[in-house]
Amino acid sequence: MHPIELVNSLRVFLPPDSVLYETEDLRPYECDGLSAYRQIPMIVVIPRTEEEVIRILRICHASKTPVVARGAGTGLSGGALPHANGILLSLVKLKQILEIDPITRIARVQPGVRNLAISESAMAYGLYYAPDPSSQIACSIGGNIAENSGGVHCLKYGLTVHNILKLRVITIEGECLEIGGTSLDTPGYDLLALMTGSEGMLGIVTEIIVKLIPKPEKAQVVMAAFDDIQKACNAVANVIGAGIIPAGMEMMDKMATHAVEEYIHAGYNLEAEVVLLCESDGTAEEVMDEIQRINEIMKMSGAIDIRTSNNETERLKFWAGRKAAFPAAGRISPDYYCMDGTIPRKNLARVLGGIEKLSLEYGLRCMNVFHAGDGNLHPLILYDANRPGELKKTEEFGAKILEMCIQVGGTITGEHGVGIEKINQMCSQFKTSELELFHAVKSAFDPDGLLNPGKAVPSLRRCAEHGAMHVHRNEEKFPDLPRF
Amino acid sequence: MQDIINQYTNTIRVAAKCKSPLRIRGGGSKDFYGNNINENNCDILSVTAYTGIVDYDPTELVVTARSGTSLADLEAELQMHNQMLGFEPPHFGSDATLGGCVASGLSGPRRAYVGAVRDFVLGVRMLDGNGNDLHFGGQVMKNVAGYDISRLMTGSMGTLGLLLEISIKVLPIPPIELTLRMQMKEATAIEKMNQWAGRPLPISATCFYDNNLTLRLSGAESAVRAAHTKLGGELISDGLAFWNSIREQSHTFFQSGKSLWRLSIKSSVPPLILPGQQLIEWGGALRWFACGENVDADVNIIRSKSDLAGGNATLFRNNKKSVSVFHPPRSEMIKVYQRIKGKFDPAGIFNTGRMYREL
Ligand SMILES: Cc1cc2nc3c(=O)[nH]c(=O)nc-3n(C[C@H](O)[C@H](O)[C@H](O)COP(=O)(O)OP(=O)(O)OC[C@H]3O[C@@H](n4cnc5c(N)ncnc54)[C@H](O)[C@@H]3O)c2cc1C
Repeated sequence: MHPIELVNSLRVFLPPDSVLYETEDLRPYECDGLSAYRQIPMIVVIPRTEEEVIRILRICHASKTPVVARGAGTGLSGGALPHANGILLSLVKLKQILEIDPITRIARVQPGVRNLAISESAMAYGLYYAPDPSSQIACSIGGNIAENSGGVHCLKYGLTVHNILKLRVITIEGECLEIGGTSLDTPGYDLLALMTGSEGMLGIVTEIIVKLIPKPEKAQVVMAAFDDIQKACNAVANVIGAGIIPAGMEMMDKMATHAVEEYIHAGYNLEAEVVLLCESDGTAEEVMDEIQRINEIMKMSGAIDIRTSNNETERLKFWAGRKAAFPAAGRISPDYYCMDGTIPRKNLARVLGGIEKLSLEYGLRCMNVFHAGDGNLHPLILYDANRPGELKKTEEFGAKILEMCIQVGGTITGEHGVGIEKINQMCSQFKTSELELFHAVKSAFDPDGLLNPGKAVPSLRRCAEHGAMHVHRNEEKFPDLPRF
Repeated sequence: MQDIINQYTNTIRVAAKCKSPLRIRGGGSKDFYGNNINENNCDILSVTAYTGIVDYDPTELVVTARSGTSLADLEAELQMHNQMLGFEPPHFGSDATLGGCVASGLSGPRRAYVGAVRDFVLGVRMLDGNGNDLHFGGQVMKNVAGYDISRLMTGSMGTLGLLLEISIKVLPIPPIELTLRMQMKEATAIEKMNQWAGRPLPISATCFYDNNLTLRLSGAESAVRAAHTKLGGELISDGLAFWNSIREQSHTFFQSGKSLWRLSIKSSVPPLILPGQQLIEWGGALRWFACGENVDADVNIIRSKSDLAGGNATLFRNNKKSVSVFHPPRSEMIKVYQRIKGKFDPAGIFNTGRMYREL
């Protein structure tokens, strides 16, 4: 359909400020949190109700127009990167918290609701929504579903997929699927899990029921400093080996602590090579026990400095440093590129060593802040986009890190999603028959491929052209990808 | 072990070619569960030969095992390292395998407080209906590369493919557990269970039966003792045996031989008035009814009541009148299920009809 016709058919039921098509109005939507990729969409549509979403999708379906959903646009893999000939469907106006049921401990919300807003409105009942991505003041719950977002507390409390009960999803045909329920399980295929992390490829989420959990009575955090990365990694394994599941277990390297300290003054030990933050939460008695045991384990594992938060202000200060790590990287470098591989923890020291080597090889600094408890790495490669060739070098460096993650039995993305960014590495992680099944699943929902085309799962042709080799888990490279 | 996989692949390819149905079977401990499959028309694809733990490093909190591995052996191995399957799966017999546990997706008493099978599954290796050997997910806690096929397979009753290997997150065994009992009426018990779940208490299981609420506390000794003081209740000495009888359904309630309905509903729904006896678990979210003979008459009432209660009803055991075991989904959902099934199993050979007649 011609853009003008499309605009006209949308304007039939949408007010002028819900249908944008002038370039200057489209500009704010050209990228998400991964600003290295930009694309102006053909039209931006901002529905106010589920009914409007349905009508929009029916038009897209009939006219074979691509649709890219967008929440708050904080995604870090280009998942919400617009399509040049498509509609960008912004869900920000669907931002009502429809119901909080403190007795059943659930909240029913629209997709544009900010992650933190849910916990804020549940606070009065002593409840909160557990997944807490660092972007939680801004990111939307719809985006969280699409990426299966995690946070610093997900080792103990789980990811998005563990904390939702029900979704309303509109298919590209404009049909409404009610997935899950207010019960703990539903017979049939687990579409709740299938939708979670599907990056807007299978349907548009218009309503979510999330679980709320009681706020722990108490939380305390231990900051342990180490002069050696291997010792810190052993400390992580020792805590878990002792039967403790910490509420959070985060690691920061020296470059990160220095960058943060200058700006937040979190009180980290600056002599140390690595700083570990290990949090315990629960009843007062539980926390007292656990904190004592964590202290002993850190000492035994060779920590050179151990501090325990004595009150809530101190605890939040320790965390403030960790949560400000990304902006801190932005202060010491014109640009940074955040990676998101996950590896089995036992390989932490090895992979961090490998990253250091690559950093020297590429002549690019790399700072490490990550979820050590679940092996989810966030190497931040520091670069300057204004220097010719540096972005390309950075991307190559990043790709090497991801291949290393696959080789040690890990994955290319723990929580940020594949989007457009890691599409080539998908060819390394999965073999042809696996990618084919992903495409088959996609076509079960969206046979014409109109929802977020070109994202999340690479075409087989792309893999062949990219020349990527499927990297076998725990093995060396192995070329089994057929050429087309 | 590869030769065993090759055999499975062959069997699947031949069956797909002739469109002749296969019944995937582990130890057979859950044969009773799901719709009847006409055994005479099916070949049995047994996975009991594909056994063993592939990888287990306790400090990684993950175990990977072959689907034919005995659930009891697996749990024994974990226990040696002071770890467990957090979802406390029912075995329903000594032959239970890991594959059957994951495919049936059944979780035990700890479910409402710790999570279900699907919450712990991290990755699978499987054969699809074309006999392709596929890996999805992995051994790490966080992984969003590709669609979540591992969880889609969990609870799919073997209708999508043959599970070969499964990676599961494991948990440390809590330092201590106490079982408490208090007498109260059903309505009060439902209220209390919901209230408590909204407070930071170390509750790990609940069961209401015969005007008695039984609950289990798990965790650090100090926390468990403190919670006992707060909640009160009589300490039960054979807690382990009690929870095992609930988990394995050896408790007298489950032994009546009557049709056993499993209503999975919103936890806070007030007492349901239905014929027969009742036992409640999962903080009110799971209500078992043992109903009389007249299943046909009861089906519609039971299903509509569970719809109203925000959930669903499964005819778990003793389906005497051949009604659909699982709650019928809406027509648009059946269409989606059919399309998914068609992608995984184009010839329609795997456990056809066991979950829904249309699949
Ligand atoms: C500083 C910073 C820190 C971050 N920290 C974390 C972190 O700790 N953990 C973490 O997991 N992530 C983190 N992120 C990444 C990001 O915030 C999350 O991925 C978040 O879930 C994206 O939400 P959003 O609303 O911004 O989605 P968007 O970026 O707008 O969209 C993300 C994807 O979701 C799809 N989508 C959005 N809404 C819908 C819908 N209603 N239906 C269907 N599809 C939809 C889009 O098409 C796109 O593919 C961080 C990002 C930044 C910038």
